[in-house]
Amino acid sequence: MNKLFSKENKAVFLAPLNIDNPILVQILGICSALAVTSQLEPAIVMGLSVTVITGFSNVIISLIRKTIPNRIRIIIQLVVVAALVTIVSMLLKAFAYDVSVQLSVYVGLIITNCILMGRLEAFAMMNGPWESFLDGIGNGLGYAFILVIVGAVRELLGSGSLLGFKLIPDSLYANGYSDNGMMTMPAMALIIVGCVIWVHRSLNKEEKK
Amino acid sequence: MEHAISLFIRSIFVDNMIFASFLGMCSYLAVSKNVKTAFGLGVAVTFVLLITVPINYLLQTKVLSADGIFHTDLTYLSFILFIAVIAGIVQLVEMVVERFSPSLYAALGIFLPLIAVNCAIMGACLFMQQRIDMDPATSSQAISGIGDAVVYALGAGLGWLLAIVALAAVNEKMAYTNVPKPLQGLGITFITVGLMAMAFMCFSGLSI
Repeated sequence: MNKLFSKENKAVFLAPLNIDNPILVQILGICSALAVTSQLEPAIVMGLSVTVITGFSNVIISLIRKTIPNRIRIIIQLVVVAALVTIVSMLLKAFAYDVSVQLSVYVGLIITNCILMGRLEAFAMMNGPWESFLDGIGNGLGYAFILVIVGAVRELLGSGSLLGFKLIPDSLYANGYSDNGMMTMPAMALIIVGCVIWVHRSLNKEEKK
Repeated sequence: MEHAISLFIRSIFVDNMIFASFLGMCSYLAVSKNVKTAFGLGVAVTFVLLITVPINYLLQTKVLSADGIFHTDLTYLSFILFIAVIAGIVQLVEMVVERFSPSLYAALGIFLPLIAVNCAIMGACLFMQQRIDMDPATSSQAISGIGDAVVYALGAGLGWLLAIVALAAVNEKMAYTNVPKPLQGLGITFITVGLMAMAFMCFSGLSI
């Protein structure tokens, strides 16, 4: 039991949450991160889906890593990921239909999310299943974390609510406050991620070369 | 014909892959900082789109859909089949280009394998799948027929090329500006893309 939660494994799990964050530092998986964050709810659902898929695809590839011929490994990885994404997409359609309509093609695009291929290539191909699982979950959560920040900022400033609950009191609107419609536009997602990177790098200065 | 032109213009400017749906940025951000490589990548993406989107269109309408050759709704297999087609075509294109045009291969060579996991290709295929059900009479985004699929692929590819070259050009100039230290590199690139996306928002509502 001690071996399962050793120091190295803890580092494998925690590093992607902050200093080795997939979006901010490894620059992976940006495409889908921006498109689904105009509200908090789809951002959370997307983050969780990616976490589940990275975790399990890492385990599967790690289990069969010794039998995969090197030349066709990319195609095999893609097929494993595509099968998992199909399952998740069906589960979303069954249990969270409204969100899955909002996410539209971006659920399918998890297949080409660079986080998945990046982790499979860089970690799962040379580590055991349990470490790979931790690495996958860690990277998924690191990704979800950024999505939640961006989603929360955009929903709060763009429509004055969080998860659909109005947070800005009516008296403020009566006194001339108005929602920033710009925040719901795609362009602002990019600028907010830029600012998040700015803050993150200022806080982790010593890490940078 | 009118519909095709409208679809073409829309897919370049209004539904621009990068500025409207952020697709295919990862490979760009990771790879290039100059106009020449950006152009090479753009041409390679357009090329692969032109082959894969029509093939996936035929796959979707003739094989997977309920009135295809199996008479059963197999669309739940579409993710796996689409990505397999993309990965296969990328390999095939790489081999053909290497055999028949070494100069083109030298220019595109390094980018081709990257394209298999470029979100723009898969994204265009999934958008195409969504748009098959739309009514061409009411929506200029609808894709009805193989011709429309080719036009859409060309428009999406050229739009991507345009965006990526423009961004690379801005980034080249960025080397001479005094950007705050923590914002250098990735941070400022994001903000630049955001500002350009705002400019492209002016095209929304454009119709012919």
